[in-house]
Order: sequence, then structure tokens, then C-alpha cells
Amino acid sequence: MTPFDDIVRQHGEMVWRVCHSLLRPADADDAWAETFLAALVAYPSLPADAHVTGWLSTIAYRKAIDHHRRIRRHAAPTADLADRPAADDPEPVDPALVEAVNQLGVKQRDAVVYHHVVGMSHREVADLLGLSHAAVRRNAADGIANLRRRLTATTRPAAPETPTPEAPTPETPSSDTPTSEMST
Amino acid sequence: MRPTRLPFPDRPPTDQLAHLHRLFVARADAGGVLDIAVATVDSPIGDLLVAVTDLGLVRVAFGTEGHDAVLTELASQISPRILRRSGRTDPLARQLDEYFAGRRRHFEVPLDLRLAHGFRRRIVELLPAVGYGTTVSYGELAATAGSPAAVRAVGTACATNPVPVVVPCHRVVRSGGGIGQYRGGTAAKQALLDLEAATLGGVIR
Repeated sequence: MTPFDDIVRQHGEMVWRVCHSLLRPADADDAWAETFLAALVAYPSLPADAHVTGWLSTIAYRKAIDHHRRIRRHAAPTADLADRPAADDPEPVDPALVEAVNQLGVKQRDAVVYHHVVGMSHREVADLLGLSHAAVRRNAADGIANLRRRLTATTRPAAPETPTPEAPTPETPSSDTPTSEMST
Repeated sequence: MRPTRLPFPDRPPTDQLAHLHRLFVARADAGGVLDIAVATVDSPIGDLLVAVTDLGLVRVAFGTEGHDAVLTELASQISPRILRRSGRTDPLARQLDEYFAGRRRHFEVPLDLRLAHGFRRRIVELLPAVGYGTTVSYGELAATAGSPAAVRAVGTACATNPVPVVVPCHRVVRSGGGIGQYRGGTAAKQALLDLEAATLGGVIR
């Protein structure tokens, strides 16, 4: 069995991306540690043929969602995701995007996180979630379109009402390669 | 039409993962879920891999053994809950540095000898009594163990000592004057004997 240290080394960056897509930096770092702690405990009983990326990203995703719920429950009314962090606190992700991802419906959020953030193919995500390839593909594309709409609304509130660019947007690239790029 | 990248995080800032890794290992250690702490210690005889369980030092491996292979072996023999960057290996790393600098003659770390069994373990347990800078023959050690005929078995016990350097199997040599085999290679064995002789002779500090 692969020593767990190698698992952390190989997947640390992916778990970091998942946590930072759903949480603000301090909470994301907490969730990163919680993910690997939970994984470390369960690791000896992981089947030899397990899809490690799918297993770990599921733990990370669940930890991040739990964390987010907890924060929401205990947050003071003034504490808002739009609050600026301390100046020396690097902000790897646009807080508006973090907020938008959290507001997606579960199906779209699942597809966006596993495909665009984790980097699994549509096929792998379909297998992991027990969905059809086409459904995952559609959910991921709808999720990205939704995110773009929300981000455009937040970042350019004063923009004149141009027609949403979603309609003429070309289909998501036909390749199965995960990407977070979308054409405007 | 300009491609716009959704600002998903791409990769962490430099060193951030190392920092997170350290915090995580400390939490794992405190929580009792770190079964084997490992570290690589550089030395004049090459990088040494050291592995410490909650009981003590369980394995020292030479570069020639292939550290990755040794880690995989430990994962199946003991537990795959193996992590680097734990403070648990620090005392031994420090003592190894002192030993190789000629400033330490014996090691003061708890041992976990679970990888040595039966007669081999008995021999490994006798080895710390062989003093710094001295040698014994395989035959003498066999006699000390109460099995004077088991010279070959003593050789095997030394060759499979899971914690070489710290438990000094390098001080067991052939009665004819040859230095005999060594897990880390005969050159490493000779280097250790030379180091100890030089330190005793006052050549090193």
C-alpha cells in the first residue's frame, strides 16, 4: 500500500483547490487538514483498487460543505463573505466566486466541483455519482453558465442590461478535458 | 469574444502546502493516528531513512535499499499511516548528526524491535553492548548468545538488523580480519569503523 505521505503529496493541491473553491482562506486551510485527517484514519481499509482522487475529493468536498454550513449557522449577522480579509491574508480565490459556487444547486455544484475544480473527466464524475455521462456534462455546463451569470452580476452591477451572453455561448469544449475556461 | 477564466484557485502559493502539511502532521500525531513518522537524514554514508513508531525507532534504511521500497514495505508490515515532517524523528536526527561528527558514542532513543524476530532479535538486543570503536567476531557474538555454533545465523541477524548504525551491527566482523557483509554495503561499514577509530584516536576533535 502506498505510504499516506505520498497520498498527501500527490493530492494536496487538488484538496486545496476544492477547499478554496468553497471556503474563505482560513476555513479552507482548516478543511484541508480535516480532509487529510479523516482520510488518514480511513486509509488502511481503503480497497486496493479504489479511485483515490474520487475518494479524497469526496471527503474534501463534504468537509468543505460541512464547514460552510457551520460557519453560516454561527456567523454573526455582519459577517459576510464579501468582507475583506486582513491585508496580509492572500486571497487565492475571488470571494464572489466562492459565494456563487455555494449558491449553486447541488447537481450543478457537484459537477462543477468534481469536473472543473478537482479535474476529473465527465466519465469519472458520472461513475462516482452514479449519473449518466450526458447528465454530468449538462450539469457542469449549466453550472459554469450560472456562475458566470452570477459573477457578471456581482462584479459589474452597474453594467447596462446587455443580453446575457449565455445563449450564444458555444457548447462546452467537446473534449473531456476539464477546464475552467469559458468564452464570453 | 475573449476567453474569460473563471477565477478558480489554480495552485497554492509556494510553501503553503508544506506549511499545511506540517500542521496536519502535528494534528495527526497529537490525535494518535500517525503510526510511523519518517525522515531522511543526510550522512557521510549517504541519506538514511529513519522510521519511528509510537514505541520507538523501528527502521533505519540505507540509500542502497531504496527508500521508497522500504516505505512500501513498512506500509504493509506495520501500517500505511506513514508521514514525514513530524517532530518525532528530531531527537534521532540530532543524535545521528552528532554521531557522524564524532561527538556521540551511543544513541539514546527508544527502540521498537518488532521487525526482528526470534534468534535474530536476541542478537540485535546484544549488539548495543559492543562498545564504540571496538569490534567482535560473528563467532564471539554467537558464543555470547549461548549458541557458539550459530555463527552463520549471527551473520544473518546482523545483515537483517532493522536499525543499523543506531544498533551497531557494523562492529561485528570476521574473525579472520575481513570486515564482512553489511546491509549498507562494505564501504559504509568500513567508513563507520574508520569514523569510530578516528574519533577514539583523537583525529576528529
